[in-house]
Amino acid sequence: MSNYHLDHLQHLETEAIHVMREVAGEFERPALLFSGGKDSICLLRLAEKAFRPSDLPMPLLNVDTGHHFPELNDFRDRRAVQLGAKLIIRKVEDAIAKGIAVPATGEVGRNKLQIPTLLAAIEEFRFDCCIGGARRDEEKARAKERFFSFRDSFGQWDPKNQRPEIWNLYNARINPGENMRVFPLSNWTEMDVWEYIQREKLEVPTIYFSHRRKCVRRVGQWLPVTDIIPPKPNEEVRELVVRVRTIGDIISTGMIESPAKSVEDIITEIAAARVTERGSRADDKTSEAAMEDRKKAGYF
Amino acid sequence: MVSATPFATHPVVDILRFNTCGSVDDGKSTLIGRLLYDSKSLMEDQIEALERSADITGGGQINLANLTDGLRAEREQGITIDVAYRYFATPRRKFIIADTPGHVQYTRNMVTGASAANLSIVLVDARAGIIEQSRRHTCIASLLRIPHLVVAINKMDLVGWSEARFQEIRAQFEEFLPRLDIKDVKFIPISALNGDNVVEPSKHTPWHPGPTLLSHLETVHIASDWNLNGFRLPVQWVNRPNCPTNSRLHDFRGFSGQIAGGIIRVGQKVIALPAGMTSTVKEIWTLDGSVQEAFCPQSITLVLDHDIDISRGSMIIGLDNLPGANVNLQAKVCWMHPRPLQRGKKYWLKHTSNMVQAVVTEIEHRIDMATLEPQAAPSELALNDIGEIQIRTAKPLVYDGYATNRLTGSFILIEQGTNATVAAGMLMPPHEIVKPENGDYVI
Repeated sequence: MSNYHLDHLQHLETEAIHVMREVAGEFERPALLFSGGKDSICLLRLAEKAFRPSDLPMPLLNVDTGHHFPELNDFRDRRAVQLGAKLIIRKVEDAIAKGIAVPATGEVGRNKLQIPTLLAAIEEFRFDCCIGGARRDEEKARAKERFFSFRDSFGQWDPKNQRPEIWNLYNARINPGENMRVFPLSNWTEMDVWEYIQREKLEVPTIYFSHRRKCVRRVGQWLPVTDIIPPKPNEEVRELVVRVRTIGDIISTGMIESPAKSVEDIITEIAAARVTERGSRADDKTSEAAMEDRKKAGYF
Repeated sequence: MVSATPFATHPVVDILRFNTCGSVDDGKSTLIGRLLYDSKSLMEDQIEALERSADITGGGQINLANLTDGLRAEREQGITIDVAYRYFATPRRKFIIADTPGHVQYTRNMVTGASAANLSIVLVDARAGIIEQSRRHTCIASLLRIPHLVVAINKMDLVGWSEARFQEIRAQFEEFLPRLDIKDVKFIPISALNGDNVVEPSKHTPWHPGPTLLSHLETVHIASDWNLNGFRLPVQWVNRPNCPTNSRLHDFRGFSGQIAGGIIRVGQKVIALPAGMTSTVKEIWTLDGSVQEAFCPQSITLVLDHDIDISRGSMIIGLDNLPGANVNLQAKVCWMHPRPLQRGKKYWLKHTSNMVQAVVTEIEHRIDMATLEPQAAPSELALNDIGEIQIRTAKPLVYDGYATNRLTGSFILIEQGTNATVAAGMLMPPHEIVKPENGDYVI
């Protein structure tokens, strides 16, 4: 503090806190999307930094696909209790039962079905703003998105017509029925997230660390063996020492073989990594514009 | 030099934010692709994706521009339509790149990408030399007071690596430089396509003493961009726990915000505006415990000795280097919307954490991009025009000149109804500063 200089993590932190307080100041009914994943763990710590000693001025919201890793959901629930925060969970299964979300013929993945479930939750609670943990370094379409990402009354993102974002002056004005998605971690990289977890000594779900797990090889990835998609007769089940680098649905999250047992190990591993984080997410491999198309439809 | 790993494992000391600008086809995206590729910041799956799309569209040649052109329309049209942000690190620094497009209709995105930058790279096609776009971008960089500028003269391979051509373009550029507010300019001859002088020195330019672009980015001195004179805390959120079971928390009333200027210490006297009351800092609260001192741009929560009417949009300031306060403001603006600026029309004006209604009372001049000379009394400012205007606000603004403080000297205009962000504004230095009156500071 004595030399009036902030290092890169302190810069990213103060930027993110400023963004969160803008949300609290500008919106009537915001929510914070919390999955229990590493990015939203950082979001929660930043929310504490922004709003303590008060209670968090927004509930936590999670869209549960029903295909989550159980470790993740346990962690999510426990963390909400620790923080004294209100946790709202809306399930894709319920949305399917109500006819809000309709799977395509043969569609097993729940990624796309999150969209109508999320939009229905926004409508149900009349949320005018959702804070999410997305980062620009994750993906090409996200690299183009603003901190304050305007969504029309259908929840759609219009990449060609984004509001210019200048200095740290965020235009948060919306009309009734419209919505804002806000991404305080926009400028964070995967490395920054882990360095922040290390500096702040944040707890993360155990699946980020190396453990033994039964896996099958599918579309070039090691997928965990689950009841949802059991191994086919010709598939060899192998027990490997693995961890997750990024968490999506259990059926599409590739496990990476890794001995990393601590946050320090993970940082060393990422520093030497030769593939990106989302290289292990099957949902992004659909096409070059997979993320862009989902965002236009209302994905966060 | 660059290490083989993209991320340094030892602590990285700071972040350099830079943007690239230039005309269509000057090779901006190619340059960024080259920086990432040659500094080994690209991952195997990204390179694979590049190679995949090269097979389909590029006749087998990798198109580095595909790295940043992320949207469908961009790949289809082969242009960059929005700001793309990229991140990379060398052992010396972390970098945030804003790739800002050259298409004239997207100049607003250049302002978006450049506003927070420490450094701007203006790309010039060595064959074409300085054109209106180069002037416009340089003018915007100057207007935004970006401290450092790099003029990267690209496609030098297509002019036979001619030093004479390089010097000619440099002279063209230096001709209009005196009219601008840019102190530090570096000229570098490059070929983004072939990688000359981007990361590795070129063997074609023995006449260029260096540095390469990356080594300049790694070493350029970014002495704090932040203003440490004159404490400013725009209040974003009033922190009131209202906790009846905890007596300490029950009485807690803090003012949360990001320091926009100066340094604050416990025991220091402050003024809250527009209330105009003075008080003393009792506590600087952070989640990691109270601190004795805080500085720009930290985010903090201040507890004061007195109960004062302070809410979102208020500004807590120190007693030295007082800001201006007025309803009549003079500003330079960059117009960013197809509907032109109209005299007499009401807009929302967002300044720090404050939102007020404002009306444009006068359009003083518009800058002619060909000559950079002001043209007096235009009837309107259209999309991508830069000019000077007078504004009257419904409530006094507490502000500094943009040249003194980027955070308290800037604003945006928002169109009522559509909520479109229509202008970026930079305030001229205040004529009158806040003055004490019977012990209080009434504005």
